[in-house]
Amino acid sequence: MAKTMQNKGSAKLGEITDKMQASQAWNSIFRPGSIFRKGYTDSPRNRSYVIMNSVLYHLHPVKVKRHAVKVSYTLCLGGLSFFLFILLTVTGIFLMFFYRPTAAQAWNDIYTLQTSVTFGLLVRNMHRWSAHLMVLTVFLHMARVFYHGAYKPPREFNWVIGIVLLLLTLLLSFTGYLLPWDQLALWAVTVGTNMMGYTPVFGNQVRFVLLGGSEIGTDTLLRWYVLHVLMLPFVIVIFMAIHFWRVRKDGGISGPL
Amino acid sequence: MTEIPEHLRKRAEEARAKAAAAKAEPEAAAAAAPSEAESKIPAHLLERAKAARSKAAGTGDVGESVAAASGGGTALATAAPPVAAGPGGHTQRLLTVVKSGSIQDVKASPQDKVHVWPHLLSIEFVASLLCIGFVLIFSIFVNAPLLELADINKTPNPSKAPWYFLGLQEMLSMFHPMVAGVLLPGLGLGGLMLAPYVDRNPSIKPEDRKFAISLFTVFLMSSAVLTIIGSFFRGPGQLFVMPWVQGLFFEL
Repeated sequence: MAKTMQNKGSAKLGEITDKMQASQAWNSIFRPGSIFRKGYTDSPRNRSYVIMNSVLYHLHPVKVKRHAVKVSYTLCLGGLSFFLFILLTVTGIFLMFFYRPTAAQAWNDIYTLQTSVTFGLLVRNMHRWSAHLMVLTVFLHMARVFYHGAYKPPREFNWVIGIVLLLLTLLLSFTGYLLPWDQLALWAVTVGTNMMGYTPVFGNQVRFVLLGGSEIGTDTLLRWYVLHVLMLPFVIVIFMAIHFWRVRKDGGISGPL
Repeated sequence: MTEIPEHLRKRAEEARAKAAAAKAEPEAAAAAAPSEAESKIPAHLLERAKAARSKAAGTGDVGESVAAASGGGTALATAAPPVAAGPGGHTQRLLTVVKSGSIQDVKASPQDKVHVWPHLLSIEFVASLLCIGFVLIFSIFVNAPLLELADINKTPNPSKAPWYFLGLQEMLSMFHPMVAGVLLPGLGLGGLMLAPYVDRNPSIKPEDRKFAISLFTVFLMSSAVLTIIGSFFRGPGQLFVMPWVQGLFFEL
């Protein structure tokens, strides 16, 4: 009795699934050839379709060189940097709901976030630690690429873009450093921007523009907040898009030594 | 009648004239009949073509113009355009044979490749899972620092930059600000950016690029050492301290 009920149930479920997959709405979402349209059984053709008929095709070709999937070769450092960037975006959006970038409110907002917002402390911790980790992975990614000679033709320009991405990562981390508006943030940024002032000719002007005045205050906070949550992420995403595109156009990751 | 490009028509005429010249002049008329018999063009079409041609020429009888079309070369130049067929009635001919590899040189040799799904995607998935797991667990146990409210009138001792600038800060305590804050980082950054254009050595084998690798290792190691000294070995007044004696003066 129970078994027939179960059979009936699964038959009904299969019917609904078939109906749903035949609907126009479903077919408008998934491309022809998508595994969500026609189901997946393991075959070379379907393995290709998984990439070819999904958004992943922006990032990956259908096939890569066998040595490119060796973890010992890349250590996943570039991919992890990108993943940390996504993680930072997600946790950063969460933090933005609870934060106002003024000298009067910033510190209190962070304090309230840590003490009275569910998961507030955890998410802030994750944001901070993944930011430090990202600086590290980007730097190590550069070292890996250098030791493999992967900056050599035809990948010269992608290396240059990579250096720009390293700089942008440092700037993102540095602008975020000020936002908690505690003693650590204020004085670390004071020391950092004083170094900037040593630049010849326009050093002081750059410092003035970045600080929104001759010393750090609530204007600085607003500027660095906008830089941190909007402008630098926008710029870095554009450079990342070019970086990933060039990786594929230049023939995938470099060959074995 | 089909339209034939001017240059092709001229070429066909020349070929026909040449073929006719090779044959003896008296045989020309006799040769006309067999070549027409060989023709693969249906008889009724040939008839129609003949009629059209004689009409266009406006002279003589049908038989004469047929003889001119199939055999005579010089007569045709003034007469109507020819049938859309070469000698023997073929509508196409072989121009040349291009051997593979004589024009296109295929350099790509088959490579050992694997499917991105599942081979690469599964690795990426596991790597991202491990990464988020590490960050999550680390964040549960270690809290991000939040010191007291910022106070511009209360300078902490020591004041340190974020850790990735501590190498720079360390250099500032050793050299003139112009050298440590501008010249050296500028050279480092410029050198990194220009590395692929300066390093013309095409080999990627470590044994062929000892100089490049040594230089880069010196760069990495010096920045690491400077950062570590700046982070852990500098205490109040930027004086040298032993972290296991005076304690840590370092916040992330």
